[in-house]
Amino acid sequence: MSPPPFEEVVAEHGPTVLRVCRAVLGPADAEDAWSETFLAALDAYPRLRPDSNIEAWLVTIAHRKALDHVRARSRRPILTDKPPEPPADEGSPGGWESGLWEALEALPLKQRQTIAYHYLVGMPYVQVAQIVGGSQDAARRAAADGIATLRKTFAKGESR
Amino acid sequence: MTNERSLFAALPTIDDEVNRRLHRRLVDAANAAGLLDVAYRTIDTPVGALLLAATPKGLVRVAYASQDHDLVLEGLARDVSPRILRAPARLDGVAREIEEYFAGRRRTFDVPLDLQLSHGFRRTILSHLPEIGYGKTASYAAIAKAAGNPKAIRAAGSACASNPLPVVVPCHRVVRSDGTIGQYVGGVDAKRALLTLEGAA
Repeated sequence: MSPPPFEEVVAEHGPTVLRVCRAVLGPADAEDAWSETFLAALDAYPRLRPDSNIEAWLVTIAHRKALDHVRARSRRPILTDKPPEPPADEGSPGGWESGLWEALEALPLKQRQTIAYHYLVGMPYVQVAQIVGGSQDAARRAAADGIATLRKTFAKGESR
Repeated sequence: MTNERSLFAALPTIDDEVNRRLHRRLVDAANAAGLLDVAYRTIDTPVGALLLAATPKGLVRVAYASQDHDLVLEGLARDVSPRILRAPARLDGVAREIEEYFAGRRRTFDVPLDLQLSHGFRRTILSHLPEIGYGKTASYAAIAKAAGNPKAIRAAGSACASNPLPVVVPCHRVVRSDGTIGQYVGGVDAKRALLTLEGAA
């Protein structure tokens, strides 16, 4: 059994990985992390075991690439002349609904990650825990705490 | 669960433009990193959509729609590399030459070929096919002889039937000794269309 052409992997999982990158990193670095994820995946793809869960494999790579960005940000001095983040384009397709990233960004990183992997990707907590580290219960608690906060800070989610 | 999921309904939509942008970026990065083992695209021609695939060495596969492009790509993943992306740029030269051929403005192809999908005597047979000029035909027997084994008429037939590069490597110019058209990877109608285009039928 041989793996399907990588083009199929991109078509099938590209959108999910982008949503994960967006939820964890926000608008500024999401597409960079997506590109780095799929380039690393393309490199490793011929060595992937045939029975692997491709989605979990990609999310694991995306998790690491996103972490690189989070660490780079924390090391980066805050420059006032840094170009502004891409405009939110409120209401238009491809744009961020106002307030969502601000609400996500205010969460501890681990809450953002566990929410993204469990609610966005649909991974069971046992798998989420394998990616973020720690116990399954800790992953479940982090996601629950994050969701509780989001309900307060991003009220729009409630009414939908 | 639906409530929690709906929080993410507010994430930006992923439309075609986003997908195209990211895909282009991945292709560029893969190319720069030497990771694009197989690039492919399709091209519309009078004999239907043709799949074109190339390695860094050259054109490795041409396939008719009747051969099932998805199946052909799976075969490339197995036999060449699964690092396959739709990447038209690498195939611009080939696509242009094929368009010129179907417009009657080109008689020979001079793009680099990668014959790795063909082995042994079959490959020897294929390497002799370009000797049959545009607008000419040759019999399976003549081709077997040209390849150095006059008795290998069946092998000549199977080499043509498994030609990974139809149209470009002109197996359509090989016909039966009795003058009938014989079989073709792209179907007899396609063979007849190519020979008619070349003025050989």
